[in-house]
Amino acid sequence: MIKGKFIDNLPKVYGIYTGGFIGFIILMAIGEQMGMTAKAIGIAFVAFTIFIYALIGYLSRTAQADAYYVAGRQVPTVFNGMATAADWMSGASFVAMAGGIYFKGYGYMALLVGWTGGYILVATLLAPYLRKFGCYTVPDFIGTRYGGNLARLLAVIVLTVASFTYVTAQINATGTIASVALDIDFKYAVYVGLVSILLCSMLGGMRAVTWTQVAQYIVLIIAYLLPIFWISNKMGAGFFPHFMLADEVARIGELEQQFGFVKNSAADLATVPKGLAGITKAHSAVNATPWAFISLALAMMMGTASLPHVMMRYFTTPSVKAARKSVGWSLFFIFLLYSSAPMLATLSKLSLIDPSLSTGIIGKSFAEVQSIDWFQNWNQANLMFISDFNGNGTLELNEFFMGGKAVVLATPEIAGLPYVISGLVAAGGMAAAMSTADGLILAIANAISHDVYYKMIDPKAETAKRLLVARALLVIIGFAGATIAALEIQGILGSVIWAFDFAMSGLFFPLVLGVWWKRANRQGAIAGMALGLASSIWYLVWVRTGGSGFLGITQLTFGIFGAAVSFVSMVVVSLMTQEPDKATQKMVDEVRIPSGRTVTGK
Amino acid sequence: MSNAEKHWEKTRALLFVTLAIWFVFSIGIFLFGAEMNEVTGPFGYPWTYWFTCQGSLGIFVILIFWFANRQEKIDEEFGFNERGDD
Repeated sequence: MIKGKFIDNLPKVYGIYTGGFIGFIILMAIGEQMGMTAKAIGIAFVAFTIFIYALIGYLSRTAQADAYYVAGRQVPTVFNGMATAADWMSGASFVAMAGGIYFKGYGYMALLVGWTGGYILVATLLAPYLRKFGCYTVPDFIGTRYGGNLARLLAVIVLTVASFTYVTAQINATGTIASVALDIDFKYAVYVGLVSILLCSMLGGMRAVTWTQVAQYIVLIIAYLLPIFWISNKMGAGFFPHFMLADEVARIGELEQQFGFVKNSAADLATVPKGLAGITKAHSAVNATPWAFISLALAMMMGTASLPHVMMRYFTTPSVKAARKSVGWSLFFIFLLYSSAPMLATLSKLSLIDPSLSTGIIGKSFAEVQSIDWFQNWNQANLMFISDFNGNGTLELNEFFMGGKAVVLATPEIAGLPYVISGLVAAGGMAAAMSTADGLILAIANAISHDVYYKMIDPKAETAKRLLVARALLVIIGFAGATIAALEIQGILGSVIWAFDFAMSGLFFPLVLGVWWKRANRQGAIAGMALGLASSIWYLVWVRTGGSGFLGITQLTFGIFGAAVSFVSMVVVSLMTQEPDKATQKMVDEVRIPSGRTVTGK
Repeated sequence: MSNAEKHWEKTRALLFVTLAIWFVFSIGIFLFGAEMNEVTGPFGYPWTYWFTCQGSLGIFVILIFWFANRQEKIDEEFGFNERGDD
């Protein structure tokens, strides 16, 4: 059926794959009609997709350094775009973002702007130049451009702090989904999630992760869009929700006015399980100050351009030109999901709160709500809660609480869609969280194995030994991440936002100035990374322990402070010390010219 | 000025134009979020709401492709284009 090289047959291979997946959905739908239980459908969806990813991971196994670290630098533009989109859209985008918008409205929509606008910075400032450089990892660029082991090591440290914070959130997300879909305890479910993640990356490194990520993108985008279109049509809101929900958005505004945002007393709130929230902010009205909105968007944009697991995806394209175009495709594929998230939040909210819809629960009696099937399920999973604070027997807007993760996962059930859609959404969330976790764990393991082990400890190590170290690190880092995820220190969205702040504090200016400012030198970069990261950690701890903060910089945007410190210290120290030597300056000149061999000569 | 220097000058000019457009749609317009939201925009959504969930995002996608094409033209002009890929 398929002849010739795998790379030449990509559209065909993934076309067949997509068809097969749709066939599987139909099969499950038929199964549901014939009496398959909800639990069996959930297990089938999650198990089948994980099996496929593991198979791709196995088929992509490799023993070559170039294939393991940068997928042989031959991933075509559009497919790299898809892989990057899956790499990028994590459990936070898939599971938590619509939830954030659902609860906090306009203020959290800053994430949509921040997590897309950052790609302009990636395309213009970094991706093509790092591709021309020809490095294996992001610290590899820092280490070669500035020279010296200290700069390299600091880059590895910043990368590890940011990516590790990020990966615990992803393992948390896989654990949540696995525990709901497979009906097992969260503490064990995180390890089920971890094993599936490692199955994809262990044998084939970047090559395996690339081809599983493309497969995961296809699953996650179908799983995100299908329910939105379905619910919108079922509700009669319009067949193309993105262009037709203006009335629904306005209707939510009306209902908010009608219900009012009643503030619960502290004593009442204390009875609500940890992690659940009610709707307290207007859906579409501008309810944040411009600075609160802009600072969050800015922090996320600069963080985007500093996160190594995204940057390293552009090391895999065949050329500099392809790297640039590939950023555009990445953003296009991300746009498909991000422009849909507010629509999902709108539909989900309206299904719940509009008393004129049959699915609405606000205004119904407590006994009635408690007898609903989906309410019982999600209440049992500790992700939904109601309590009659004012004792009037009917449910008010301020008496309904839901976990952020539940908004996406439970909406199909709430809107009365068949269970097959809930199973599909669970598989999509799993794909989103797994693909990102794979990229992150690989980024950390590659940085430590390539930059610390190979470049600093044992430069003579053979390829086989290097790859063995890389794989061992993959497992160790994964288990450490799962162990911390099981502790549930911070929610999914919160940890992800922190990761962006850490990354931008330590890496944004050393990376950007490394290309755009020839005068930047080793001492400056070391100061920029060390002081940037240290000051951001200090600020976060200070705000978390009751500090007031300044300039409206919160625990979600502390990276702005860290990056400012990083920039000032990098410029000042660079100017106070000697300019970089001729060889380094020539290297920067070469990076700026797209044609020719890579700077590292590979 | 050498060929490489001229190439870099044009590249930098393109960067500034691209970042200026980026700044307007990621930060500039949101300074007026409250005022802009009073006015009805595309598809009947309030302007700020529409920009936040569709407008700015779509503009970013187009902007990157526009930037990539312009940069390719600059590279060709100075003979720095790469051959045999895509």
